[in-house]
Amino acid sequence: MKDFVRLFNQLDQTTKTNRKVAVLKSYFDAANDMDKLWTIAILSHRRPKRSVRTALLREWAAAEANLPVWLFEESYHIVGDLAETIALVHPNLESKNDKSLTEWIQFIIDLKPLSDEEQKKKVRWAWNQLDERERFVFNKLLTGGWRVGLSQKLMTRALALHAEVEENTLTHRLMGDWRAETSNYHDLVEATNAADQLSKPYPFYLAYAVEGEVQELGNVEDWQAEWKWDGIRGQIIIRNNELFVWSRGEELVTDKFPEFQELVEALPNGTVLDGEIIPFQDGKPLSFATMQTRISRKNVSKAILKSAPIVMIAYDILEFEGQDLRETSMADRRKILENLVQNQESEKLLISEVLELNSWEKLIEVRTKSRENNAEGLMLKRKESTYKIGRKKGDWWKWKVDPLTIDAVMIYAMRGHGRRANLYTDYTFAVWDGEKLVPCAKAYSGLTDKEIKRVDSFVKKNTVDKFGPVRSVTPELVFEIAFEGIAKSSRHKSGVALRFPRIHRWREDKPAGEANTMADLNKLLAEFG
Amino acid sequence: MPLLQFTEKGIYCKQANVYIDPWKPVDYAIITHAHADHSRWGNKFYLSHHLSKPIIQHRLGQDISIESMEYGESRTINGVHFSFHPAGHIIGSAQVRVEYKGEVWVASGDYKLENDGFCAPFESVKCNVFITECTFGLPVFKWKPQEEVFAAINAWWRQNKADGKATVLTGYSLGKAQRILQGVDPSIGKIYTHGAIEKTNEVIRNMGVKLNDTIYVTPEIQKKEYEGSLIIAPPAALGTSWQKKFPAFEVGIASGWMNMRGPRRRQSVDRGFVLSDHADFESLNIAINATGCEKVIVTHGYTNIFSKWLNENGIDSQVESTEFEGELAEVGQGKGEKESE
Repeated sequence: MKDFVRLFNQLDQTTKTNRKVAVLKSYFDAANDMDKLWTIAILSHRRPKRSVRTALLREWAAAEANLPVWLFEESYHIVGDLAETIALVHPNLESKNDKSLTEWIQFIIDLKPLSDEEQKKKVRWAWNQLDERERFVFNKLLTGGWRVGLSQKLMTRALALHAEVEENTLTHRLMGDWRAETSNYHDLVEATNAADQLSKPYPFYLAYAVEGEVQELGNVEDWQAEWKWDGIRGQIIIRNNELFVWSRGEELVTDKFPEFQELVEALPNGTVLDGEIIPFQDGKPLSFATMQTRISRKNVSKAILKSAPIVMIAYDILEFEGQDLRETSMADRRKILENLVQNQESEKLLISEVLELNSWEKLIEVRTKSRENNAEGLMLKRKESTYKIGRKKGDWWKWKVDPLTIDAVMIYAMRGHGRRANLYTDYTFAVWDGEKLVPCAKAYSGLTDKEIKRVDSFVKKNTVDKFGPVRSVTPELVFEIAFEGIAKSSRHKSGVALRFPRIHRWREDKPAGEANTMADLNKLLAEFG
Repeated sequence: MPLLQFTEKGIYCKQANVYIDPWKPVDYAIITHAHADHSRWGNKFYLSHHLSKPIIQHRLGQDISIESMEYGESRTINGVHFSFHPAGHIIGSAQVRVEYKGEVWVASGDYKLENDGFCAPFESVKCNVFITECTFGLPVFKWKPQEEVFAAINAWWRQNKADGKATVLTGYSLGKAQRILQGVDPSIGKIYTHGAIEKTNEVIRNMGVKLNDTIYVTPEIQKKEYEGSLIIAPPAALGTSWQKKFPAFEVGIASGWMNMRGPRRRQSVDRGFVLSDHADFESLNIAINATGCEKVIVTHGYTNIFSKWLNENGIDSQVESTEFEGELAEVGQGKGEKESE
């Protein structure tokens, strides 16, 4: 594993993209196929499943370091990374191991069926074989949540250089639900058109947000406008009489949407649709909150199928009759899509309506009606555009409506993780209910590094109480919280749940007493909930 | 009444009417060391170690009223004996031993146990009550011997030189900068310094303390001349127009905080070297045990956690809040050291 640890250190020691690609390429050049395969898997979030409970790891780590568990926990809160905390508190040793990355991963996989006692023995043995950096990497493999500051895109670029395969082709080959345990490097990276390509989705084309005035996009005639639906971006694949549903996060979610099974009958083989899976009933979209009740469940029950019905609103077609259509223009793809959707039987598949658009002014007006349509805003797509890979500027734009906002008071703060470890960066906000402050949202993004430092120092100086990692602070700072939607919720003290809350800006001009109230939130709920 | 108490102005000895490292102006201030959060502006009289005096004067003005004494020497004020003992933190840093009618307290300021080969190494002082920092009072903080750290810094510098680049390494102007200067291998290349450091170096050289040769970074120097060199700078100089004079360079930070990946990545630098002038967790415990004290007062750092740890281990401990900052400014979090040029 020494070469992998060296790779990790090198990636960790540079902020420069080109350097990262170069070190990764030279790692691939030297590594054997098994290690390469596992490296690709790890860097594309396909680690082996966690085989040891983290509660046990904490206990063993504290015991190995001769520390009380509470002190280990406090250290963990401050370091913000379990694998790192374990590596750091453990007595420092010289490295004694010479296992390869693949062997260590096999070691971890083999822990799974063992008893707690046997696991403990093995894990302690491992910790004592490794030096601090190796121990950290081993723990990362064991606990997951791997962030190396290297996107999948960069990994793919480095691998493309190493394997001499075109980058886009490789992106496609690396998609889908392959696992290192059951694949091999040659089939995954080098082989062309293997039989197991059946379930493979295409990389999603992602839109940028409109910057500046929409008129700057040029001639209105060149654009197609649609609602930006508020659901789960998904790809539906029908090949060889089988259905596959993929989410944007490259997750195979076919089982979560049994409703779509009927599409195997309704659509011809060799069809791939891109669209939004949304909750929908009686000819109308429902709020996204309905969807949340079902995606969080492991099993989709009959009751859920009934209370949270869904449809696919298709807006693009990427493959038809087995042909890759991505190089065809949007306008032509649209014709094929319309023809296909209108002539099929399933009610679970709808088409995303194209909004009539004869002037930008008209469109600006239509956009203001987004929330009433349970849409987040509009999508603008250039009629001539091809279907690209990933986030590319120029042809697809999302044009969201402005978020809802409230002014709320910060009442709790927690330390962040990873890059923000050891700084108070995660806050809970509250609104007034008479004399009381009721928590209504948690947010951890939206401030600049400079502002975070100032808030952090405020938290440290104005702590009222501590509960584990959480500090309650003097209710003094007011922030404008932006959010995308509001829904009733019995799980929140305030009785409402805000969707995607984030800090819009710090209202340094506002005293806490002038923050919004529960009544204000209820008004928003009545209007938009 | 306790011999030393914590007031809103600082650590106070009522019997002698003097303060140790006060954070608000007082008549008589005994100073442990010349860092800004321990030797502040506005006191009527200062008493420091000989090697701190010129630095304090350089920082606070030649017109302040200041006297100094040697380690082991003592001064008696209204029956209270005050003496300095090496703290090993930076040049001139001292623990203040306070004795009155047989009772001994030690205010240790900031300290480290490792002999850095430059400042006088830490000496343990027996006492009844020990006042300690705990900037790095968590078991995740473990320092490696400085030879190892400097070997890594030298290797990095050599590599950068081979790549035709300059090497920028940051640390406090007073203390860390000189430790780096004396710790690296000067045969690798030229060593440049930022103005704030060079001025401090000048004060130190004028005291007759030998430092390796340095060149002050000035606008007249040609870009090309920096290639392959080491440039030592205070943390606040990073990301300012000051860097524009340099050719391609790699940046590193030398600080105890670099022990954690989060703060290291937050600084967006190429390398973090774990090098601290404070005691790590184990050293804090060793230092406390060696004093044989009955009680420990913890002043700055992870105070609540560290104090709880001591109490669990049968060492009576309490937390007192102060305005000392530890090493925070090295990761841009303190407000102590304001560097400008």
